[in-house]
Formats: sequence, C-alpha cells, structure tokens
Amino acid sequence: MLLIHCPYCDDTLPEPEFAYAGEAHIARPADPMALSDEEWKNFLFIRSNPRGTHYERWRHIHGCGRFFNAIRDTVSDKFVMTYRAGEPRPNLDALKEAAE
Amino acid sequence: MTAHPRSLAQPPVTVEVLPPAARFSLRLRAEARPVAETALALPLPDRIGRRSVGATRQAICLGPDEWWIDAPAAEADAIRSALDGLVPHALVEITDREITFQIDGPGALDLLAIGIARDLSRLEVGRGARTVFDGVQAVLVREAEHRFTLSVWRSFAPHVGELLEQGAREIALGL
Repeated sequence: MLLIHCPYCDDTLPEPEFAYAGEAHIARPADPMALSDEEWKNFLFIRSNPRGTHYERWRHIHGCGRFFNAIRDTVSDKFVMTYRAGEPRPNLDALKEAAE
Repeated sequence: MTAHPRSLAQPPVTVEVLPPAARFSLRLRAEARPVAETALALPLPDRIGRRSVGATRQAICLGPDEWWIDAPAAEADAIRSALDGLVPHALVEITDREITFQIDGPGALDLLAIGIARDLSRLEVGRGARTVFDGVQAVLVREAEHRFTLSVWRSFAPHVGELLEQGAREIALGL
C-alpha cells in the first residue's frame, strides 16, 4: 500500500484515503473559442504519460477533501514530494542538488 | 457445568451505539474564524485533526475550512441561528446523518485495525480525523487511550456495526 503525505493534514496516510486525479499543471485555456479543434483535443485528452518522474494531482477525498500535487516516479511508485495546489511546479534538479 | 473463564471477565473491547446529540457541519474561511468563535462561544481549532472542548459544545477540525460541532440537543436552535448575518459561512445540521459507535476497551486498537489502514497508535488522545473504515468514510475520534468514537453515515451503519460486533467477538475469543 502506498503511503502518501497530505500537505494540508501534514501527515503521511494510507492510499485508500486518497483518489488519483490525473496530471498536474494543466491550465485550462483562457479563451477556448480561440483554439483550433486540434489544440482543444490536445488540452482535453493528450497527456505526457512519462516513464519516470510524473507531476500529478491527488485528492485527500476521505480526509480533508483537498486536491494537492505530487511528484511520483511511475516506475518505482515512489513519491518524491507532495505540495499544495496552486504552488508552482518544483524544480526537480534543484531538489536533487539540495538533497545531496 | 463449569463456566468458561473468559465469559466471566470484562470483554477486551465493547461496541455500543451512542445516543444522538446535535451535530453541525461548519464551513468558513480563515478570516471569519474569530467572529464565529465569539458567536459560538467555542474556539475553532486551526489545525486538521485538533479538537476544542467548551463547556457543553465541542468542535473538531476536519479540513482547512471545515469543522464539526457537537452539542447537546437542547442547544441546536441556538447554534442554528448563532452566525446569522455575521460572516459568510455554510452551517448545516447533520444530526441525523451519522450513527456514532463507541469502541471501548484495551482491544480497541486491534478491533479498529480490521477496517482502518492508518497507524492509529500515532493518533493522539483528544484528536480525530476523517478516514476510511472498510471502504466506508468515517470520522474517528480518540476520546481516551482505549476509547474511540466512529461516526459513519446512517446507511452504512448496519454493515459497520455488524463488522465491529463480529470483530469484538473474535477478539474476546482470542482468535
């Protein structure tokens, strides 16, 4: 079972309390009418699906109810970190350097 | 006929349904909290899982902007109108929504472990949280070292109650 740190509860809790909510940092276009069908399709359906580090959203649905963002390795399933929704995307290289 | 020695002793854990009291769900923004605290005559904790206990009322923080308020049934009317026109908020009476089980006894942690994946030994006395019990959303509060209350939505209560009773019997038999 995965253990996930909720940045709002400030506690590391079991996965059944959480729900996965797709890739993070995808902003809805401000003016959808200005987009071509191709661009709109890309916004709606096309995701990066990386092998390795993935920025993703989770929701602590059976807890505080908040959405937050997480960095998880899709190969090892290890969480690098979690952070509150609305915060800028953390720089992974800087994090690694700080850890060393 | 000889009685089984275990049946004479106090069972290691007991499960009972608590009588209903008034319960409210309060949502408001952080800047409205001081006004609400004065109006309700009850401090609202600002960290998730913390609980504050007043003279007759108590509040537990379940989310960054969400509290549960428990009070005797006689105070329900006063709480219902306490915040009228003061601050933007959502106050909903949920007295009838949940059934609250009390789990008491030295085997309480073992019994709850059949349905809750959290490490409950880390939950401090007087704190609580919303969590999942066997797939059912529940609010758990640690009232004392070996006493918990577990509130689940009414429609899930037969399932949860049966599971707790069954678990309590198994623990009493030493299974």
